[in-house]
Amino acid sequence: MKYLLIMHVNPEILDALTEEERNEVTNGHEGFMKAIQESGEMVGTQALADPSNSSVVRTRDGVPVVTDGPYLEAKEYMGGYYMVDCESKERAIELAFQIPDTKVEGLGVEVRPVMFSAGSDM
Amino acid sequence: MSTSTGAEDLLRQLAPRVLGVLVRRHGQFDACEDAVQEALLAAAVQWPEQGVPDDPWAWLITVASRRLTDYWRSDQSRRRREAAMAALAPADEFVAPAPGDEGLADQDDTLTLLFLCCHPELSPPSQVALTLRAVGGLTTAEIASAFLVPESTMAQRISRAKQRIKATGASFRMPPAPEWSDRLRVVLHVLYLVFNEGYTATSGPDLQRTDLTREAIRLTRAVSRVLPDDGEVTGLLALMLLTDARRATRTTPDGALIPLADQDRDRWDTQAIKEGVELVSHALARSSLGEYQLQAAIAAIHDEAPSADETDWPQILILYKILDRAFPNPMVTLNRAIAVAKVHGPQAGLDLLRTLDTDTRLKDHYRLDAVRAHLLELAGDHAAAITHYKRAARGTSSIPEQRYLLAQAAQLSGDERPPAPAATEE
Repeated sequence: MKYLLIMHVNPEILDALTEEERNEVTNGHEGFMKAIQESGEMVGTQALADPSNSSVVRTRDGVPVVTDGPYLEAKEYMGGYYMVDCESKERAIELAFQIPDTKVEGLGVEVRPVMFSAGSDM
Repeated sequence: MSTSTGAEDLLRQLAPRVLGVLVRRHGQFDACEDAVQEALLAAAVQWPEQGVPDDPWAWLITVASRRLTDYWRSDQSRRRREAAMAALAPADEFVAPAPGDEGLADQDDTLTLLFLCCHPELSPPSQVALTLRAVGGLTTAEIASAFLVPESTMAQRISRAKQRIKATGASFRMPPAPEWSDRLRVVLHVLYLVFNEGYTATSGPDLQRTDLTREAIRLTRAVSRVLPDDGEVTGLLALMLLTDARRATRTTPDGALIPLADQDRDRWDTQAIKEGVELVSHALARSSLGEYQLQAAIAAIHDEAPSADETDWPQILILYKILDRAFPNPMVTLNRAIAVAKVHGPQAGLDLLRTLDTDTRLKDHYRLDAVRAHLLELAGDHAAAITHYKRAARGTSSIPEQRYLLAQAAQLSGDERPPAPAATEE
């Protein structure tokens, strides 16, 4: 089963971390990536740029409109994700706990089942 | 796994026989498995151009042995071992075995390999991947594509599984008698997982991936040839055949699911049904009762009914009762509730479902909603049925299932519009 482990980021909380704590998070990701690559559970991962860089594309009254900024104005946004392929939801949750973000008060990782996948190399 | 040519089929049959010989000679399952995989790839390239060699088995053993020697030679730290190995190598190393020498060794090896690949220390996804490669002779790319993951992910999973086996110190021989039946149960479960993944793809736009079901049946047949008197091996093979017999009628051409009651029974595979029925009858008559045999017996009753209305539900209900008592499992109770409803009316089925509401083992809650919706519909409570169909549709991660459940809800709402697809498809 594939799961998307979605990292929800709150910049205020990240900014409040000490450098040491921030390094811990960064290094933790390296260790996590290595672990799930070696176990054969990693499908892919992406970290996203700050949503202030986003553009939102949609149609209003039949006219295509592009607006700058995030889709939703919120304190938290999707900062990145890991896509894993593992035995069960229990295992996906276990993996999510290994993501350093889950150890930081105020951050969280959403574990969501994948329904459809396609890709050039699949 | 796209097209199965004769050469490809031959390679798959030979894969475990070649690997068995190598592991017997040299130990080191992990290195031998890599060498065999390389030999299979070499054959896949060379045979179509240069023709299949007179003795393909001996050809593969020779090529794989050379790869193994290359591997050891290139590994500086293993020079000493190489010298030791050369001294120990049997004189007939590169010579084809005598005729008649191969049959028995072949049969033993397939099962021994399965025991090794389905080692209880491995997670089920790793057991499945390693089994398909080492016993099934599939390439990593083929396995990756069947499970819709990148090839690197599957390669790593297989490599880790082999490391794990090495670390456990498991050796290439049959498990000792006290462990035998538990270990065989793991092997059968892995084959069942491969079949199920092929039959009901856990996620994605397609309901079935026939390449995996075919491979599961092929491997189970191989086990059945070695253990013809094991009732559960026979039962599992029968269950697969009886289920797969309905494959062609399970979906519409555009991939929508057709429930059992609405399938075109004239298009069921009568040959597979005949074989499955014979197998399960044989097993039930001679072996102690088992889960797969009972499941197969239920499938046989469905398959033998000339129409949905003529299904022998009282007989199915008896079998589900036995199954639920001997091998309690909430999914069995769920199916029993449908049989109860068919025999004693929908309300009796709904009463049984209520006993599952607090069952923490029922991970697929959407199935509980789907069955409840169906029974509520039979009971005439359309409003509640719609609610549960919709909840079930939200809960599933299979797109065809979701389409079906939403269509049921829409039909009851008197809404003639087709349900919106859940994701881009076709």
